[in-house]
Amino acid sequence: MAEQTILDTKELEINMGPQHPSTHGVLRVKLKLDGERVLDAECIIGYLHRGIEKISENRSYINLVPYFDRTDYIAAVSNVYGYLLGVEKMMGIEVPDRARYVRIMMTEFNRIASHLLWLATHAIDIGAMTVFLYCFREREEILKLFEALFGARLTTHAFRVGGLWMDLPLGFEEAAQKFVDEFPGHVDEYEQLLTNNRIWIARTKDIGVISGEEAIEWGISGPPLRGSGVDYDLRKVRPYGGYEEFEFDVPLGVNGDTYDRYLIRLKEMRQSLRIIQQVLDNLPDGPVRGKAPKILKPPVGEFYSSIEGPRGELGYYIVSDGSAQPFRVRIRPPTFVNLQALRRLVKGHLVADVVAIIGTLDIVLGEIDR
Amino acid sequence: MLEILLIYAIIPLIKITAIVLFLSGAIAYLTLLERKVIAHIQVRLGPMRVGWHGLLQPIADGLKFILKEDIVPSRSDALLFTLAPIFTMIPAFVVFAVVPFGPPDMLEGPLRSVLTLVLEPAAVESVVTSAIASGGFVTDINIGVLFILSLSSVGILGIILGGWASNSKYPLLGALRSTAQMISYEVALGFSIIGVLLVAGSLSLVEIVQNQEESQLWYIFVQPVAFVLFFICAMAETNRLPFDLPEAETELVGGFHTEYSGFRFSLFFLAEYANMITVSALGVTLFWGGWLRPFPNVEWLSFLDFIPSVLWFLIKVFVFLYIFIWVRGTIPRYRFDQLMHYGWKVFLPLALANVLVSAGVLLIFM
Repeated sequence: MAEQTILDTKELEINMGPQHPSTHGVLRVKLKLDGERVLDAECIIGYLHRGIEKISENRSYINLVPYFDRTDYIAAVSNVYGYLLGVEKMMGIEVPDRARYVRIMMTEFNRIASHLLWLATHAIDIGAMTVFLYCFREREEILKLFEALFGARLTTHAFRVGGLWMDLPLGFEEAAQKFVDEFPGHVDEYEQLLTNNRIWIARTKDIGVISGEEAIEWGISGPPLRGSGVDYDLRKVRPYGGYEEFEFDVPLGVNGDTYDRYLIRLKEMRQSLRIIQQVLDNLPDGPVRGKAPKILKPPVGEFYSSIEGPRGELGYYIVSDGSAQPFRVRIRPPTFVNLQALRRLVKGHLVADVVAIIGTLDIVLGEIDR
Repeated sequence: MLEILLIYAIIPLIKITAIVLFLSGAIAYLTLLERKVIAHIQVRLGPMRVGWHGLLQPIADGLKFILKEDIVPSRSDALLFTLAPIFTMIPAFVVFAVVPFGPPDMLEGPLRSVLTLVLEPAAVESVVTSAIASGGFVTDINIGVLFILSLSSVGILGIILGGWASNSKYPLLGALRSTAQMISYEVALGFSIIGVLLVAGSLSLVEIVQNQEESQLWYIFVQPVAFVLFFICAMAETNRLPFDLPEAETELVGGFHTEYSGFRFSLFFLAEYANMITVSALGVTLFWGGWLRPFPNVEWLSFLDFIPSVLWFLIKVFVFLYIFIWVRGTIPRYRFDQLMHYGWKVFLPLALANVLVSAGVLLIFM
């Protein structure tokens, strides 16, 4: 597999991780280097395995919800949302309009928070320290909103079967509106620091290029797929939970490189704001929790529910044997699939690019290892 | 006899002690300044707990470094591992032997008033008229610039040795990077300085400043291209962002000092700051008129003279350092090959062209 080295020298094999500042958790990458050039990269995962899929065979459908906060802890709200959509479909539970809207709003807030964390770490990997702290400043505001509605900041246990656990607290809509008004200015600020920065462009343009077709072959989804110009966003392609009622665009890239993926995520943040604004303008009155039985016993069968998480297609394949506990819950984590392409993306690049490419895939190890 | 002792031993020793002490303090507080400035750029406060607004933080850090366990990896080359930080630290200090803080007669007044208490008037005269005794510098040698350049190359040796002696992969990669980087940027740095040397006609730092006074112009106005090149190369030379590849923490963990801990690590750490001060001082001397006030020959600005020349020098160095920190807070990091590309394909040709043009202009008009 190894290509010929330029000089007659030994390949250098180094371990990046599991304790490495920029593998975003406990990813371990075995790099084969010729000088600084990467000949081969092997991902080794499993350092954060908690057996969540196995645990889910021994818990009731409702008890399971908090576990999915902890798979992708950066996008806990989306994770719970995807699972609950599946369970509700299986049970045929109606969710009231108000709850549906609030769910979409909070999921989009979560998307922004997740993209902010991605931008922060991606930027600091490439050396732009200041963006890191600016992003955390804004993410903090979103976490405050989470805390007000869910009572927690990170592992939120956001939604309940049939809706929400409570209505929006007093002052929530004003706070959300304030964020929506101020945030575009902050995105402009990040763009000012990075988008036209010569060093940023030099570090991200033509790095980790993957064509649309190849991305589909690898099963890549989310921003990395759209960065290669493939128009595939589950919110548009297979609308769920009421996304068809909102207007938003799906930003697409052209070159499929790290720079395009960066631009797309920034644009997605602005689109998420548009959705939140529409929710805030059209929020219906009414109950926030539909009728749901205390013990869920879905009919025997299989069900696949998938949503467009911040990182890509997040799927839950739920098999019911008619009892109160699922027979099997298989999670399709977007970054687990996206990470496969790392080896393909880094080959021939330099060590510094490995860091940029790991960053641009936006991996979360909690989700990859489960 | 006594006056010779005074001129060549006692007074220089006092000056050296003063400079070393001052420099140590300055380096320590430069770390605090950096943390504070960057913190404010990044909308946070920085150190606040130790002393008023963190003013005692450098002392606490120093104590911490000394008290930490001093680890020498078992597979490392213990002797070189120990020597490496010393090799990087000492040149940064020695360079200040030739950096002029003030004019050659800076200490004449104070010296005279002190010495008249103990010496004959004739002996006092012979002491105070000697530049070595009363100048605002330790010594003034006629190859000052060369001296600085050669010493700063010794500093690189420490980094290479540190990376090599650690006997570990990340430090080795870091050391290789820094060797390549510093050597290639040293070339461009040297050529950018040649522009100034051509104009000044001297390698002595004191004379360079005096020539700037005579020509009534700081050399930044005469050699703007050289200054920009010098500044960029200085950043690369001191391993600062956007060129901090040898210690790019997100790629190479700690770079060449990954295996270092405790006080040895702090020597590497402080050497970076010492080098920052060194290149700033050099830049100020070469381009910003050293100890001179702005527009040294404009009469109506003479009220600025109430600030002593040493302070002018220090203020300028401070501005230089502030820009270093400011840049770090603003822009990302270059990749290794891009850095080499700029070094060899952009900066070096530019510096060469600058030398050629300067020499041509000088030949025609002087």
